[in-house]
Amino acid sequence: MDVPQKSIVPAVEVRDLAIGYDERVVLENLNFAISPGEIVCIMGPSGCGKSTLLKHIIGLYQPLKGDILIRGESMVNTTAERKKTLMRSLGVTYQGGALFGWMSVAENVEFPLREYSDLTAAERREKVLEKLSMVGLEKFGTFMPAELSGGMCKRAGLARALVLEPDLLFFDEPSAGLDPLSSAELDKLILDLRKRTGATVVVVTHELDSVFTIGDRALMLDKEQKTLVADGKPAELLRQYAGSRVGDFLSRNGTAHR
Amino acid sequence: MKKIFSSCGDFMVFLGAVAGAFPEIFRRRTRRWREFFYYAEVCGYQSLPIVLMLCFLMGVVLGIQGAIQMRKVGTEIFMVDLIGFSVLKELGPLMVAIIATGRAGSAFAAEIGTMKVNEELNALRTMGVDPAGFLVLPKLCAMLIALPLLSVCGDAAGICGGMCVGVTVLKIPVAAYWLRTMDVLGIAALLSGLIKSAVYAILITLAGCYCGFSSSGDAQGVGRGATRAVVMSIFMVVISDAVLTLLFSFIGW
Ligand SMILES: Nc1ncnc2c1ncn2[C@@H]1O[C@H](COP(=O)(O)OP(=O)(O)OP(=O)(O)O)[C@@H](O)[C@H]1O
Ligand SMILES: [Mg+2]
Repeated sequence: MDVPQKSIVPAVEVRDLAIGYDERVVLENLNFAISPGEIVCIMGPSGCGKSTLLKHIIGLYQPLKGDILIRGESMVNTTAERKKTLMRSLGVTYQGGALFGWMSVAENVEFPLREYSDLTAAERREKVLEKLSMVGLEKFGTFMPAELSGGMCKRAGLARALVLEPDLLFFDEPSAGLDPLSSAELDKLILDLRKRTGATVVVVTHELDSVFTIGDRALMLDKEQKTLVADGKPAELLRQYAGSRVGDFLSRNGTAHR
Repeated sequence: MKKIFSSCGDFMVFLGAVAGAFPEIFRRRTRRWREFFYYAEVCGYQSLPIVLMLCFLMGVVLGIQGAIQMRKVGTEIFMVDLIGFSVLKELGPLMVAIIATGRAGSAFAAEIGTMKVNEELNALRTMGVDPAGFLVLPKLCAMLIALPLLSVCGDAAGICGGMCVGVTVLKIPVAAYWLRTMDVLGIAALLSGLIKSAVYAILITLAGCYCGFSSSGDAQGVGRGATRAVVMSIFMVVISDAVLTLLFSFIGW
């Protein structure tokens, strides 16, 4: 495994991390670092703890053990105020979109701007429109979330995560529930984004196509071993683990692929 | 028993979070006018018809019962005092609180519980917005204004209900009834009712929101949370009613 530019502070670093709910351990012995500008795909069977890992990294839950560093700063051993600032600097999308039901799509996207920027209403509107057209929802700004399809909600959630232009992005299954064409467009969007802003992107995904298209690196989690079982370039992993469970997962003919 | 203690602890933590978020009301950016007006309309304005109707009916019922008893001792005019005091100090605020529990308290719990299911609460937290402040404070302010106003309206409706009975059954002239009402009811009676309804507003909102935040993240959990909000609200309202009545009786209100 080669981590380019060792001297640079990693965008995300996880040290000896154990996570879970209450006393139940979901994943343990996690150690990895993500360099700035990298696109990392987190993969693994359903229920192995991908969403759980993401939620711990972004600071929603306190880990059972270990440390999480965001741009070299600990998310775990820090003050509540500092943690809040750190959390706010991340762009996050959730599996279901997590739009606020009482606000229209455009207001949802505008919400972070209202909270944290001093832009005028017109400037905000412009930014919202820009982000909405990025995800192909420019015509749906006035719709309420309940009037959108599941995939549209996800894309609106993506627009909301992007509106403050964070340099560290976490997407939980952004393409699940999208048709292959939109899914490919989403991949293009993520690549574009990285090219334009140099953002670091962590994507949880089941789509092997997108892992091979966008992933600089893939992290494979396993349910039985409760830890990280493979880490490297997607193509290399496929070669290295041919015939094993990880290889089966990557070449889609294994039982592990849902 | 252990469960009761741990949920009491959770409730204290929740209270702390709300209290900690309180300064948000004084910052322009976090003053949520839109949400405030929404809840003021739903919990206040839209509850007005049912409050008026129920309080009027309570006034009528109380009037009939009172008339029967007062007639026994031949002091029909005291029925006015009976109605006036019990409506202003007890029934008005209590009826309003019961309606608000059903309309607002359970709705708050369901709303916040659903947001939890949809991960909207997580989304708020990652955006650096404090859910306790963002979701509870507008509701609290709206209820604090709506319930006392509603109970003033309810008081008026209840007295009208009593007056209807007094005028028709006991043949007390309208003018006499009105004068007697104005005569005996002081500002203290009104004020004690208003203080009560403000306290109820706080309790109902906190119970509703707490049950929403603590509901388990699934559809049934949302339903259970709403039910629990109603039970908890009524429980706290009745207890605080007893405590406040006792306190007011000490200072002679
Ligand atoms: N709120 C929770 N409380 C307790 N256990 C939970 C909670 N959320 C998830 N789990 C457990 O944690 C484990 C990992 O769940 P998680 O949602 O992270 O899986 P996942 O890898 O994201 O799966 P999927 O691909 O289906 O989204 C599961 O076994 C689940 O039972
Ligand atoms: Mg998941």
